Amino acid sequence: MNLYLKGARIVDPSNLTGEAPVLKTNVPCDIYICNGEIASIAPQGKESIPADAKVIDLAGKIVTPGLIDMHTHLREPGEEYKETIATGCLAAVSGGFTAIACMPNTKPVNDNKSITEYILQKAQEAGLATVYPIGAISKGLQGETLAEFGDMRSAGIVAVTDDGRPVMNGELMRRALEYARNFDLPVISHCEDLTLCSGGVMNEGAVSTQLGLPGIPAVAEEVMIFREIKLAALTGGSVHIAHVSARGSVDLIRQAKASGINVTAETAPHYFSLTEEAVTGYDTNAKMNPPLRTAEDVAAIIEGLKDGTIDAIASDHAPHSILEKDVEFNMASNGIVGLETALPLTLKLVHAGHLSLSEAVAKLSINPARILRLEIPSIQIGQKADLAIIDPDRKFIVDVQKFQSISKNSPFHGWELKGKAVMTIINGRIVFDDLD
Amino acid sequence: MKEKPFTIKHVLDIASLSPDQITYILDTAESFKEISTRSIKKVPTLRGKTVINLFFEPSTRTRASFEIAAKRLSADTLSISASTSSVVKGETLIDTARNLEAMQPDVIVLRHSLSGAPHLLSRHVRASVINAGDGAHEHPTQALLDLLTVREKKGKIKGLKLAIMGDITHSRVAHSNILGFTKMGANVVVSGPATMIPPYIEKLGAKVTLSIKEAVQGADVIMALRIQLERQNKLSFPSIREYATYFGLNTQHLALAASDAIVMHPGPINRGVEISPELADGPHSVILDQVTNGVAVRMALLYLLLGSETRMSHGDTKKDENNPPSPPFSKGGNPLSPPLEKGDTGGFSGKSQ
Repeated sequence: MNLYLKGARIVDPSNLTGEAPVLKTNVPCDIYICNGEIASIAPQGKESIPADAKVIDLAGKIVTPGLIDMHTHLREPGEEYKETIATGCLAAVSGGFTAIACMPNTKPVNDNKSITEYILQKAQEAGLATVYPIGAISKGLQGETLAEFGDMRSAGIVAVTDDGRPVMNGELMRRALEYARNFDLPVISHCEDLTLCSGGVMNEGAVSTQLGLPGIPAVAEEVMIFREIKLAALTGGSVHIAHVSARGSVDLIRQAKASGINVTAETAPHYFSLTEEAVTGYDTNAKMNPPLRTAEDVAAIIEGLKDGTIDAIASDHAPHSILEKDVEFNMASNGIVGLETALPLTLKLVHAGHLSLSEAVAKLSINPARILRLEIPSIQIGQKADLAIIDPDRKFIVDVQKFQSISKNSPFHGWELKGKAVMTIINGRIVFDDLD
Repeated sequence: MKEKPFTIKHVLDIASLSPDQITYILDTAESFKEISTRSIKKVPTLRGKTVINLFFEPSTRTRASFEIAAKRLSADTLSISASTSSVVKGETLIDTARNLEAMQPDVIVLRHSLSGAPHLLSRHVRASVINAGDGAHEHPTQALLDLLTVREKKGKIKGLKLAIMGDITHSRVAHSNILGFTKMGANVVVSGPATMIPPYIEKLGAKVTLSIKEAVQGADVIMALRIQLERQNKLSFPSIREYATYFGLNTQHLALAASDAIVMHPGPINRGVEISPELADGPHSVILDQVTNGVAVRMALLYLLLGSETRMSHGDTKKDENNPPSPPFSKGGNPLSPPLEKGDTGGFSGKSQ
């Protein structure tokens, strides 16, 4: 069915250059979507509504390019009780995401083209968000030999990483950065020097001492970021730093960018929304890796987002069941679900005046696309209609029981947030509708 | 509804106890000491109550102490040594707890190698939970018995200088004592190898010095800690010999302390490593008094957690206005028979009302 989106404000950071003058204004627009593509864009009421279109009144809402989450863990194959590709895609579209890139740490690992193909096939069957698989750097995530980047690239991967299993072997990381150049693949690094955090389960600091929990110092992240930056400079490869959590990391990336090194970075909403204090009471939903840090780190992350040091915001959606979370803190798995809270938590930064709406959308769509060498999503005539519709003022209480994700491990349960995706459109089809 | 004078459900850590509550526990413990000196060391206070000691870590002293404390109050006790490996094999702590819960215990005393395990347990059982040591977090009953010992020997806690020496990072005893002694107004200094002093320990209230001599200078209480060889990752110090040479406490250190200083150790002792035999067995040592007081403190806690039900079931309807609570018995008085001096707290005597 063709759609006529009436009276929404368009926020499209891909168009800041002004190629489409109408988009630069703040006037509400009407968008006609025909056969999955954007057929026309006009100021509200300027054009007649085509007879075949379903009219959707979007007064007060914002239309943006579909959001892209560049760091999601789908648990299929292997741990379907936590999340399947289909439920992950459902959670994605419920959060305004039209595309997600999924990490290779499935069982078996996505380190060869047959797993890549399996993921893509399952995603196609789900028929919701576009799924971009990310391949492993090393076979089996063992950190020993390179996985088949070429084969996986041909099958559809968009990046390589051993996420969660940091590449401790410096030469392997060097070779990965070099070899990935042949296939125009960014190398995503989970930066953690494992020898500096043996046994650590939370940030090393006042709270870890108080709780008697072994700590992970921020330097464990920082020294590896320094290594990756130097290796990127040496090899000319593209390194992308995953989930930046510490102040020193932001400083290192800022300096590297200033000196022209090809490095990009993301953070996750929890690193600008929570501190290590959230662990108090041994709440395993505040256990993640990298760990939640201090208020100073949170401030530095926000500063890094503002000045562009941190390019992207990614959910690091990491579903776990109560089997992994309702246990002793040391034994709990790392990570939280994030697809359905990433946008609202990012909008918190907008409401607080840290980011403009356009900057927030850029970090959740345009920049991830650029880093992953995807087509830059844009609201223009002739473009595929992958859109997120956001009500920036809708207040709601986070309720994990309402999540589409199978897993409910979120530290944000019960939070009142303002602003959320209210409709998601993929290929001109409404895949999520929460309009009031 | 009657206000309970001591409304704590669980004893998970010193961090969540107020100075008034600590004083109240110590006063109660003091009054319980007399029972252990009788020829028949048993009172019927907790008859019909069940206390389970669930120990996931080896322990001689603490487990025996809890067991004796419960038995002297006539509670039924059961001690379970569960190896953490059985948890790895399959049954989770929560499943274990739920199984025990099905047998209707009143108190579960838990020792566990992982910090926060008692907190997790307390969220899943109806019984009261007492933390008998969790990982590197806290060992609240040890701190209470240490506080009782110091108060007994020194007549006060406030204003004293306590030096805690050794492996602070892995010591739940150190953490609980820093919190407990600081709350009660003592000045706490910690010292040891820099590799064993955790970051931000000052935030718990301790001063840090790397000079052993500075730490013990003028100290009223010197507390040595066991080096926990099982928790070291071999990078904290080069050898036991070097540790003993540079960080072991001996009579030279005692000479720097206050002339009437007392020497404490939570046990078990590595003789000749963190403390010299002369010091451990010398006239300043109160190490065995600590053990004696351990029984009294644990009796007090069991009584306070369970005794209030007993009181209520014996028909005391008078409103108790002691909030914050005051000691149930006058110092040196008999906690169980005959009743109290203070008429308006008569409910505490329970059985006799």
